[in-house]
Amino acid sequence: MTSPKQALAHPAPSAETAPGDQPGAVPGAQGRGKPPTGPGSWRSRLYRWDMKASPYAFITPFFLVFGAFGLVPLLYTGWYSLHSVQLSSLDDQTWVGLENYKNLWSSDFFWNALKNTFTIGLISTVPQLLLALGIAHLLNYKLRGSTLWRVVMLTPYATSVAAATLVFTLLYSWDGGMINWLLHFVGVDPINWRESDWGGQFAVSSIVIWRWTGYNALIYLAAMQAIPADLYESTALDGANRWQQFRHVTIPMLRPTILFTVVVSTIGATQLFGEPLLFGGSKGGSEHQYQTLGLYMYDQGWIIGNLGKASAIAWSMFLILLIVAAVNMLVNRRLRKSQ
Amino acid sequence: MRTSTRGSRRVMTLAVVATLTTGLLAGCADDSGDGKPDNGGGGGGGGKTALTIGTFGVFGYKQAGLYDEYMKLHPDVSIKENVTTKTDVYWPKTITRLQAGSGVDDIQAIEIGNVAEAVQTQADKFVDLGKEVDKSQWLDWKNAQATTKDGKQIGLGTDIGPMAICYRKDLFKKAGLETDRTKLAAQWAGDWSKFVGVGKEYMKKAPSGTKFVDSASSVYNAALGGGKERYYDKDGNPIWDKSTGVKDAWNAAMEVATSTMSAKLKQFEGPWDTALSKASFATVACPAWMIGYIQEKSGESGKGNWDVAAAPTAANWGGAFIGVPTAGKHQKEAIALAKWLTAPEQQAKVFAKQASFPSAPSAYTMLKPAPATVEFFSNAPLTEIYAASAKTIPVQYFGVKDQPIGTAITDIGILQVEQKGKSPEQGWDAAKNEIKDVLGQ
Repeated sequence: MTSPKQALAHPAPSAETAPGDQPGAVPGAQGRGKPPTGPGSWRSRLYRWDMKASPYAFITPFFLVFGAFGLVPLLYTGWYSLHSVQLSSLDDQTWVGLENYKNLWSSDFFWNALKNTFTIGLISTVPQLLLALGIAHLLNYKLRGSTLWRVVMLTPYATSVAAATLVFTLLYSWDGGMINWLLHFVGVDPINWRESDWGGQFAVSSIVIWRWTGYNALIYLAAMQAIPADLYESTALDGANRWQQFRHVTIPMLRPTILFTVVVSTIGATQLFGEPLLFGGSKGGSEHQYQTLGLYMYDQGWIIGNLGKASAIAWSMFLILLIVAAVNMLVNRRLRKSQ
Repeated sequence: MRTSTRGSRRVMTLAVVATLTTGLLAGCADDSGDGKPDNGGGGGGGGKTALTIGTFGVFGYKQAGLYDEYMKLHPDVSIKENVTTKTDVYWPKTITRLQAGSGVDDIQAIEIGNVAEAVQTQADKFVDLGKEVDKSQWLDWKNAQATTKDGKQIGLGTDIGPMAICYRKDLFKKAGLETDRTKLAAQWAGDWSKFVGVGKEYMKKAPSGTKFVDSASSVYNAALGGGKERYYDKDGNPIWDKSTGVKDAWNAAMEVATSTMSAKLKQFEGPWDTALSKASFATVACPAWMIGYIQEKSGESGKGNWDVAAAPTAANWGGAFIGVPTAGKHQKEAIALAKWLTAPEQQAKVFAKQASFPSAPSAYTMLKPAPATVEFFSNAPLTEIYAASAKTIPVQYFGVKDQPIGTAITDIGILQVEQKGKSPEQGWDAAKNEIKDVLGQ
């Protein structure tokens, strides 16, 4: 039962392999290109140079594009965050040092947005991943028309945020929405989803869950299918039932995949923006009940026009993500050691 | 052999990558550098001058056939309208493009809530249109809103939003209220709290499932549009916390929010549309531009049941300007088009199509609302009602953050009282905190 470890260890070497020392290709080439003098040695040097340099040439376009549209804006946002800048006068920047950050950290709106991002992240990510795991487990059985089921699972993911949110907004509508209509059969009074304290967060989370569960289920399914069948056979021989197999074979084997989905979902949750915006506007409810950090940044930058402060929010989000990533790495390492 | 195939494959791959990269770069270059793509000279080359006009919402120019008409008059010009539905998406986009000096349309529309910001911060990015036209064609207060302190006019007035009250005669009758538009107007003349008083009467015998108004925010906006002071004074200083206009409007809205007379809907959202078609509320403060919307969303069932009466105070809500950015490629042609579009005759045509009310008083004699619209609103004298309001609207001063301040009051303060059962004091405190955040105080 060391296989989870192997599964974890496996991708690492291939990623760490430097482009220059590919085990197969280089020694072979050197062996053939031995001739000591003349154009041959020039060719072999060129060839070796080619082997070393061309991988970099291949990845350059990505880094050029990333530099232009990712790194430069990132750094420029950092520069903005140290200035007082208004959207209406971008060239008129006054240096304020860390003033924007100080303002932010003493502002209730910021902490409220941070708290919302966290709670919405929690109530959308946890059920989403649990559901995905269960669905993947079911899809892993021999089923008629399995491709159809898999495609169906992925359709919500293929829907645009705007379309999905629009439909959900109708469903959650206070007056005449389908959810309140269903609730009245069980004797619940109509809930003002958009304005209630927890209702808004719940509604926004449900959109996220609906859109992402199928996607995660497919990732889990792919990982499940890579689990060797003989593991199940041997546990079956030891008398394990389905549930025990799921707990003691499937889950441990999926651990790296689960960690991956947790990281990706956490990043997604931190950036949550489109759903709450389209659900209830950039304020996220009259008491900012579901104003996430992304939404707060948008409100400050584009509605209110305070770009300096919005940039400070952006960088704070970046720092928060770094902290989350660090924590995740520590947990990951601890888990690997405990195996 | 093996090496050479690998080698040639690599060459191929490199070639593909190189092509893709140059393609990308060329794409960028195309975007930013199309200095004179389609005969920018205009007219001379025999080809067409392609003018673009950036608008938001439903401007009505296309609907009234004005672009087609202009292109027929000027065969060397083609016009394309770039519409952004929401103003809060349109304006940030436009203001960044104006400052970048690229990506702007030849004509850009400016909403009244943004015009102060444009005048105070973007004046150098617009052509001075005041020199190009006879300013006396427009209402004075309309010109003033788009003019800088040193007299440069950055935009020409399109429509204005004189206010009236649209009401359902059938519901008023069932509730045992007066249904005649002149008598009703007299009942609430001069004061929005009198209007709220009529609402209290209505709620005593309200037909089941109906409310008196659509929302407290709409009463707030309507009342604010008739006040002498808004959020800023003449010199651009924020006075929102002591403005009499804000205070009166807030009080009227609070009377609505703390009673049962509001349908608690947000304007222009799905449920509001549905409520119009189901006749779930009896009145809505309707600026002229809302007439077409009410007609469309109410549908056949509303025909002849809606009527229009004068509002408690002559108020303005909304309206717009069109300006010509200096970064545009075809300034001369754009100025000509802007002048033509805002001329009284064309304003009258837009009014005929969708009741966007002209900002040029000389158009008022030519106004002919569409017969279907007049019939829909029980043959109310739309033109007279709105023109009377337009001429007595007070001069109001707008400030740089007018729009976010307004949103803070309606979407935070009023909403908390109306939908979360907070007290008016709590609502005002919440709005106050929000506004302080907006102003960076």
